[in-house]
Amino acid sequence: MGVLAALIPVLPLLGFLMLFLAGARLGARGIAVVGVGSVGIAAGMALGLTAWFLASPVPVEVSAWTWMTVDGFAPRIGFRLDALSLIMVLVVTVIGVLIHLYSAEFMAGDEGYARYFASMNLFVAAMLVLVLAADLLLLYLGWEGVGLCSYLLIGFWYRDPANGRAARKAFIVTRIGDTAFAIGLLLLFTHLDTTDIQALMGRAQGQWPAGAPLAVAAAALLLGGAIGKSAQLPLQTWLPDAMAGPTPVSALIHAATMVTAGIYLIARTHALFDLAPAVRDAVGAIGAATLVLAAFSALSQTDLKRILAYSTISQIGYMVLALGVGAWASAIFHLMTHAFFKALLFLAAGVVIQRLHEEHDIFRMGGLRQRLPLVFWAFLIGASSLAALPLVTAGFYSKDLILWRAWSAGPFGRALWAAGILGTFLTGLYIFRAVFVVFLGPVRTPPRGGIGPAVAVPLVVLSVLALIGGFVETPDFFGGVPALTDFLAPVFPGPPPPGDPGGEAAASIFAALVALAGVFAAYVAYCRRPAMVATILRHPAAEAMRRCWAAGWGFDWLYDRLLVRPLVATARAGRADVIDAGFDALAAFCRQSHAMLSRWQTGQVRWYAAWIGAGTILTVAISVLA
Amino acid sequence: MTAVPPEAAVLLACLLFTLGLAGVLARRNLVFILMALEIMLNAAGLVFVAAGARWGQADGQVLFIVVLTLAAAEVAVGLALVLRIHRQAATLDADAASRLRG
Amino acid sequence: MMLPWLILVPLMGGALAWAVQRAGGTAVRGVALAALAVDLALVLAVWSKALPAAGGWLADFARPWIPSLGIGLHLGLDGLSLVLILLTLVLGILAVGASWTEIGDRVGFFHFNLLWTLGGIVGVFLALDLVLFFLLWELMLVPMFFLIALWGHEDRMRAAIKFFLFTQGGGLLMLVAILALGVLAAPSAGLRRFDYFALIGHAPGGVTGWLLMLGFFLAFAVKLPAVPLHTWLPDAHTEAPTAGSVVLAGLLLKTGAYGLLRFAVPLFPAQSHAFAPVAMALGVAGILYGGMLAFAQDDAKRLVAYTSVSHLGFVLLGIYADNRLALQGVVMQMLAHGLSTGGLFMVVGAVQERLHTRDLDRLGGLWASMPRLSAAGLVLALASLGLPGLGNFVGEFLVLLGSWAAAPAFAAIGALGLVVSVVYALTLVQRTFHGPARAAAADFSFGHLAVMAVMVAGLVWFGLYPQPVFDLAGPSLGAVAGTAAP
Repeated sequence: MGVLAALIPVLPLLGFLMLFLAGARLGARGIAVVGVGSVGIAAGMALGLTAWFLASPVPVEVSAWTWMTVDGFAPRIGFRLDALSLIMVLVVTVIGVLIHLYSAEFMAGDEGYARYFASMNLFVAAMLVLVLAADLLLLYLGWEGVGLCSYLLIGFWYRDPANGRAARKAFIVTRIGDTAFAIGLLLLFTHLDTTDIQALMGRAQGQWPAGAPLAVAAAALLLGGAIGKSAQLPLQTWLPDAMAGPTPVSALIHAATMVTAGIYLIARTHALFDLAPAVRDAVGAIGAATLVLAAFSALSQTDLKRILAYSTISQIGYMVLALGVGAWASAIFHLMTHAFFKALLFLAAGVVIQRLHEEHDIFRMGGLRQRLPLVFWAFLIGASSLAALPLVTAGFYSKDLILWRAWSAGPFGRALWAAGILGTFLTGLYIFRAVFVVFLGPVRTPPRGGIGPAVAVPLVVLSVLALIGGFVETPDFFGGVPALTDFLAPVFPGPPPPGDPGGEAAASIFAALVALAGVFAAYVAYCRRPAMVATILRHPAAEAMRRCWAAGWGFDWLYDRLLVRPLVATARAGRADVIDAGFDALAAFCRQSHAMLSRWQTGQVRWYAAWIGAGTILTVAISVLA
Repeated sequence: MTAVPPEAAVLLACLLFTLGLAGVLARRNLVFILMALEIMLNAAGLVFVAAGARWGQADGQVLFIVVLTLAAAEVAVGLALVLRIHRQAATLDADAASRLRG
Repeated sequence: MMLPWLILVPLMGGALAWAVQRAGGTAVRGVALAALAVDLALVLAVWSKALPAAGGWLADFARPWIPSLGIGLHLGLDGLSLVLILLTLVLGILAVGASWTEIGDRVGFFHFNLLWTLGGIVGVFLALDLVLFFLLWELMLVPMFFLIALWGHEDRMRAAIKFFLFTQGGGLLMLVAILALGVLAAPSAGLRRFDYFALIGHAPGGVTGWLLMLGFFLAFAVKLPAVPLHTWLPDAHTEAPTAGSVVLAGLLLKTGAYGLLRFAVPLFPAQSHAFAPVAMALGVAGILYGGMLAFAQDDAKRLVAYTSVSHLGFVLLGIYADNRLALQGVVMQMLAHGLSTGGLFMVVGAVQERLHTRDLDRLGGLWASMPRLSAAGLVLALASLGLPGLGNFVGEFLVLLGSWAAAPAFAAIGALGLVVSVVYALTLVQRTFHGPARAAAADFSFGHLAVMAVMVAGLVWFGLYPQPVFDLAGPSLGAVAGTAAP
C-alpha cells in the first residue's frame, strides 16, 4: 500500500507527458479527460491511502532509486509518507482535482488548452514530489518544479508582454529565495553528511546545541527559501503581479498550494528551527509584519484578484507567525483551511471576472447577488471563513488557534498576537468591502452567460469544506476535538501547550468580536455611508497613505531603484564587454605601430637606396671609430 | 710600367662608387638608375682587382669575374623589369612605380 | 590497437566527404554521418572489450615516433576521455543533422572541416604524449578557423581571425611550456621525454615550475574560456554557422577543461594547489560576468555565447576546488552544457535560417507559429538555468557542493549564478518565443525534432540518473584529485 505514495506523483506526470507530447492530437475533450483524470485518480489514491494510513499510522518510506552517489553524497529519489505529507497530499490532490475540473469549463476554447493542462498536471506532480520527498534535494527538485510551472502559468497568455514580465518577476524573486535554500543545502550536507530529511534532523539535534552558529545559519538560509516561495517580507512583491495568470492558476498555485510550500518546508525542518531560537523569532516577526502590511495593501486595492493576492500574503503571514511561536500543527491547520476558503474565493472571483467581460475593478461591479446567486453564496462563505466569523467557519478555528498559541508564547508572543488581532480586524474589513461592493448595490456591469456543472461542483464542494473543514480541531471550550494535532503529533513531538480553557475562551471571544467589528466597519463604510470613505480620502495625507498601501508599501519602487535599475543599467552599459575593450586596445596599438612603420615604406626605390647608403656609412663609421 | 699605387685605385673606386650612388639617388629614370648601379658594381670590381694586384693573389680577379657575371645577370633581370614597368605604367619614372608603398 | 583509428576514421571520412562533393550534398552528408557512426561504433567496441585496469585506463596505444627526441605516439583511453569522446561523436552527428539544410555552399569542404575538427578533438581527448597532444590541439583549430571564416555570418572574417589569434597565442605558450618541461624533466623522464606518465611527478619547482604551469593554464583558460580571456568566444560563436557554434560550444570549450583536468593540474600539483584561489576567483567571476553580459545582449546567438562563459565558470571553479564532488560535477557540467548549449545554438540557428535575423528586438512571439521549436528552446533554456531534473543542475550543484567544502565564500558567490542564470534564460525565452508575434515561419521538421529529442532525453537522463557517467569518470578523477591533493 505504501508504494502507492510513490505512484501518486507519477500519475499527473504521465498526464503531463501525454499532453506535452500529443496534446494537439487529443482534441479538447481528450485533453480535459487526461488533464482532470490524472489528478482525479491521484486524488482517489490519496483518499484510499488516507483510509489505510488512519488504520495504521506508521510512516512509510519508498525509495525509487539513488539519484547519484559521489563520495558519500547519495541523495535518493525517495518518498516518505507521514501525517504531515499526507495532509499536504490531500490538500494538493483534492483541491487540485476540483480546480482542474473547474478549469475544464473555465478555460474551454482557449488556444493553449493542452498547454494549460500540461502545465497544471506538471505542477501537481512537482508539488506532490515536494511534499512527499524524503530527501531534501528531491524536495528542492519539486520546489523548483513548482516554481517553473508557476512561471509557465503566470505567463500563460504569452502574447501580452506584461504577463511575461510578471512571470519572470515571480521566477526571479522566488529564485533569490531558492538560492538561499540551495546554499543552506550545501551547508547542511557539508556539515551533516546527508540530505535525507529525517537523518538530517536527527544529526542536527545530535551535533548542534541550541543556538549553534551553524544551526542558525542553516535555518536562516532555509527561511530565505521559504519566504521567497511563500511571498513573505521582503520577497513578497511577486505575488500580486502573479495574478496575471488565469484565475484557476491563481487559485491552485498562488493561493492553495505552492505559496504554502514555505510553510511546509519550515514545518518539515522544524527541528532545525528549534535549534535556532533567533531565527524562529525572526520567523514570527516576519509573519506578523507581513500579515499587517499585506492586509493594509489588500484594503486599498481595487482589482478583485489583487485583493485576494494580498489577502493570501497576509494569511500566509499568519501561518509564518504560528511557525515563529513553534505552533507547527496550527500553521498546518491554517494552511489547510486557507487552501479551502482561498481557493473558493479565487474560483468565485474567476467566474465574476469572466462573466463581466474580464472586468477586474470591483467598483465597476455590483449587484451580483441576484444575478449570480451561487457565486455570491460561495464568495460569501469564503469571505466569512477568511474573516474568521465565529463558530460556523473553518477559518475561525484555525486562526483562533494560532492567536491563542501566540498569546501563550510569552511577551514576544503577545506582541505577535497584537499584530494578529489587528490583522483580524483588517481582514474582516477588506474582504467584506469586496463582498459589499461586488455583490450588493446597483448593477454596474451586467453579467452574461451562465455556470456549467464543472464550475458549480467545485464551488459547492469547496464551500462545504470552507465551512466544516475546521471541525477537525476545535478549542477546549467548544467541543475540544484535537484531532489534527493528535494526528500530527508524531511529526511534531513536544509537550502539549498549557491548557487554560477560560483564557482561551476569552481570547476567542475577543478575536471573534474584533473580526465582527471589521465586518461591521466594512458594512458602515461601503453599504451605509459610502460617502464616508471618499471624505476621508479627500485629506491629502490619507490619500498619500492609500497610494502607499495600494502600491504594496513601495517595495517594488524601492527594489526597482535599488537593485533592478542599477543592475540593468550596468549590464546594458557594459554589454559590449569592457574586457574586450582591453584586447581591442591591444589590436589598435598594433595597428598604430604598423601604420607608423609602414610610412617608411614609400615604395620609392631611390629613397630606399639613400637609406641603404646612409646605413652603410653609419655602420662603417661605427665600426671604424669604435 | 710603373705600378699604380693601390691607394689611388681605391680612391678612384670610391669616387666611382659615390658617383654611382649619386646617380641612383638623383636620377628618376630607371634606365639611368640601372646604369648608375653598373658604375657602383664596377667600383666594387675595381677594388677587388686592385686588392688582388696589391697582394699578388688571384682571388681578386676571380671575384671580379663573379661580379661581372652578376652584373650581367642583374642587368638582364633589371632591364626585363624596366620593360614591364614601361609597358604597364607608360613611364620610366622610378617614383611612379611605388606600388609597394606600405 | 584501435585507438589511432578513432582519430583516423573522422579524418578519412572528411577527405572522402570532400571527394564526393560532386555527387551532391546528400552524399556528402551521408558520408559524414557514416564516418561518425563508424567511429561511434569503434568507441563502443573499444569500451566493451576494455578491462578496467589500474588507474581506470581502458585502452592504451604506444609506438615510438621520433625516438631521438623522445616523442612517441601514445594514446590512452580512460573513463574521462570516453565520456568526452562519446559526447564529441554524438554532438558531431547531431550537428551534421542540424545543418542539413543550412549549408548549401561547398558542402564537401564544409564537412571536411567539420570532421577534421572532430577528429582533432577526439585526438586531444586521447593523446598522452605532450607533443602529439599539441599537434592534435592545432589540428582542431585550423579547420575550425575555416568553418567560421567561410560559412559564417556577417562579420565572419574578423571573428575567425580573433578566434585564431587567441587560441594560437595560448597554444604557443603551451608549446613553449611543453618543450621546456620535456627538456627540464629529461634526466628524470629518460627517453620518453614527452610522455605523460614519464613527466607526471617530475615538474620542476620554483619559478620555472610556476611559469610552466601558467603556460599550460593560460592555453587552457583561453579555450575554456576563463574571464578575462573569453572575448574571442562571443564573436566566434555568433559568427560561426550552426554546426560550428555547436562544435565550438559543445566540444572545443571542453578541450580546455579536459586539458586542465588531464595536464595542468596533475603535472603541477603543488603549483595548482597554490594557484587554486586565483583560478576559483576567475571561475566565480566568469559565472557572474558571463551571466550579466548574456542578459544584456540583443543578439540571440551572442546571448547564448555568453551563457557559455557563465557555465564554464562553474567548470573552472570545480576543477580547482579539487575534490571528487566538484570534479564529478565538472564532468557532468561539461556533458550537460554540451547538450543544452549546443541545442540552444541549434534552435537559434534554425530561427536565423528561417527568419534571417538574430536580433531579439525583431524576434518575439514565435510560439504562435513554431510551437515545437519554441518548446524545445524553452526546455533547453530551462536546462541552462539549472532546473533540477535536468543535467546542468546536477553539474552545478555538485560543483557548488565541492567548492563549499574547499572555499565556502566562492561557493556562496558562485551560487548567485543561479539567480543570474534565470534572468538571462528567461530573457531569451521572453524575447524570442513569447510576446506579440512579430515574425512567423515554418516549425521544426521531423528530423530537427528528433535531434532535439535526443538532446532533451540526454539532459533528463543526466538530470535524474547520472550515476553511469559518474561510475565511468570516477577512476580517472580519483587520479586527478589524488595528485592534486597537497
